[in-house]
Amino acid sequence: MIELREVSRIFTVGGQEVRAMDRISLTIEPGEYLSIMGPSGSGKSTLLNTLGLLDTPNSGTYLLQGQDVTSLDDRQLAATRSRTIGFIFQFFHLIPRLTAQQNIELPLLLAGVGRRERSERSTPLIEAFGLADRRHHRPDELSGGQRQRVAIARAVINQPAVLLADEPTGNLDRHSGGEIIELMERLNRDGLTLVVVTHDPEIGERARRHVRVVDGRIASDTRRG
Amino acid sequence: MRPVDAIAFALMSLGSNRVRTLLMLLAMSIGVAAVVLLTGIGNGARLYIVDQFSSLGTNLVIVIPGRAETASNTPATLVGETPRDLTLSDARALVRDDTVRRIAPLNIGEMNIAWRGKERQVPLLGSTASLLEVHHLKIERGSFLPEEDMEIARPVCVIGAKVYRELFGQQNALGELVRLGGFRCRVIGILGSEGRSLGLDTEELVVVPVAFAQMLLNTEGLFRILIEARDLDVIDRLKAHVKTTIAKRHYGEEDVTIITQDSVLATFDKILRVLTLTVAGIAGISLVVAGILIMNVMLMAVAQRTAEIGLIKALGAGQVQIMALIVTEALLLSAIGGLIGLSLGFAGSWLAVQFYPTLQTTPPPWAIAAALGTALATGFVFSLLPARRAARLDPIQALARH
Repeated sequence: MIELREVSRIFTVGGQEVRAMDRISLTIEPGEYLSIMGPSGSGKSTLLNTLGLLDTPNSGTYLLQGQDVTSLDDRQLAATRSRTIGFIFQFFHLIPRLTAQQNIELPLLLAGVGRRERSERSTPLIEAFGLADRRHHRPDELSGGQRQRVAIARAVINQPAVLLADEPTGNLDRHSGGEIIELMERLNRDGLTLVVVTHDPEIGERARRHVRVVDGRIASDTRRG
Repeated sequence: MRPVDAIAFALMSLGSNRVRTLLMLLAMSIGVAAVVLLTGIGNGARLYIVDQFSSLGTNLVIVIPGRAETASNTPATLVGETPRDLTLSDARALVRDDTVRRIAPLNIGEMNIAWRGKERQVPLLGSTASLLEVHHLKIERGSFLPEEDMEIARPVCVIGAKVYRELFGQQNALGELVRLGGFRCRVIGILGSEGRSLGLDTEELVVVPVAFAQMLLNTEGLFRILIEARDLDVIDRLKAHVKTTIAKRHYGEEDVTIITQDSVLATFDKILRVLTLTVAGIAGISLVVAGILIMNVMLMAVAQRTAEIGLIKALGAGQVQIMALIVTEALLLSAIGGLIGLSLGFAGSWLAVQFYPTLQTTPPPWAIAAALGTALATGFVFSLLPARRAARLDPIQALARH
């Protein structure tokens, strides 16, 4: 479903070239549960951004669901992101003035879905994620775990093919972090492809496939069990 | 994104930073209010002056000595002389036509008037009995100039109310002899205090028979001749009559300028329209200033909401959509500010009418449309730069900030 072929991403920082991704090739099948680990500055975030179509590689090919996405223009990229990719961030990135429900429905709003359908699609998610009594609260009235659950609901409301999580538990206590991981694993068991970037070995070990990135290259790629 | 949702979204962003929103609304509404109010006042002034002219009677034809077009290059015009005077005989000749209802020759000058040691300089107006009707004057006491041949220099005068007060106080003036220049002259009437037309304050005026005025001022020439036509339809015939009669009497030269009230009105109307436009343009500058403020504040808002814009991009919004969101916000601000400004402007002109009822300061419809249009246009134009900046934000860097 996801196929990177010899993908490189080179930044120029202070006149020096930094190879954030150095000819990385990676194939991810539908329904996989994969963790990307590595030290700071190893290029794992760049890899995730590239997978999420937020960053464009300098060279190489990226096939997403069989389609070469390296040559898409801004509008096509945005549309593809909207249809196929769900993001989860370390700092949640909820819009503070919107209620939980409005935050969850934001991707539908941007896609031009009408009010009634938005509500029809968000309500089951809100209930399944245990947010029913919090739907009209604003982010600052929610706990960290609740905020991240809102963010996950927002990421999956458009029924994406892949969920990309960047340090999803980095800003949560142990207990809520565990809940969030379990929630994402539940979604993965229902067929959603899950990619988690993390520092935390405990989180990373839970995935069925571990990719280790060092200096812009894939140092190891192992499957569990 | 549906327009309704875009507007709702923009409204929520506006609501989330009240101070910023209020400041921008203030700037916008002051600009629009200024345009509305100033054009209203300009328009009011125009209507007022046009109305003043109309009260003189639109079927009035004014004959002035000298011809503007032909005399424009002669040295005589430079020293303020006209080739040939307009005389009382000219006026008499002009009377003889069926298009003429009444005729009032005019002479104007300054003269000293004195009574029992009190003396005062006044504007002197020489004319005939017809002036009362032509100029819509009112008599407070006594009578106006006698109906008689305009060549008779009868030493009588009609004085303005203020002249009466200052010379006579509460005493009786009718029948009294005053000294006008070097001549004695009997007061036969006092003008009413209302009636101030075209800069001539009737309260300070002294009116005498035209032949007497010519004697006092030692001149043959008339200042001008006012002719009232029988009705509006014969004005063209009347003008032709004036032209041929004067040409006949002035050895074939048409050396007079004929002004109809219509053309004077049209000229004043035009001048005041341009003036109103100018004032509106000056007020328009404040709208542009408001636009620049909107641009500044929107740029700030984009900087503040970097993470949010990055997020919206990650959630599947293209550059065009991001731009549309920012522009919608600015347009909403301009529209709301414009409407507030309109109400402020109308409230202002209403207040102006309360304080100065003669000035009907109703803003013309085009000014309302122009003010609102300019407000929206500036909102649009000045939001393009911030919108572009937002659209070009790198979502990765935007999201990395926290």
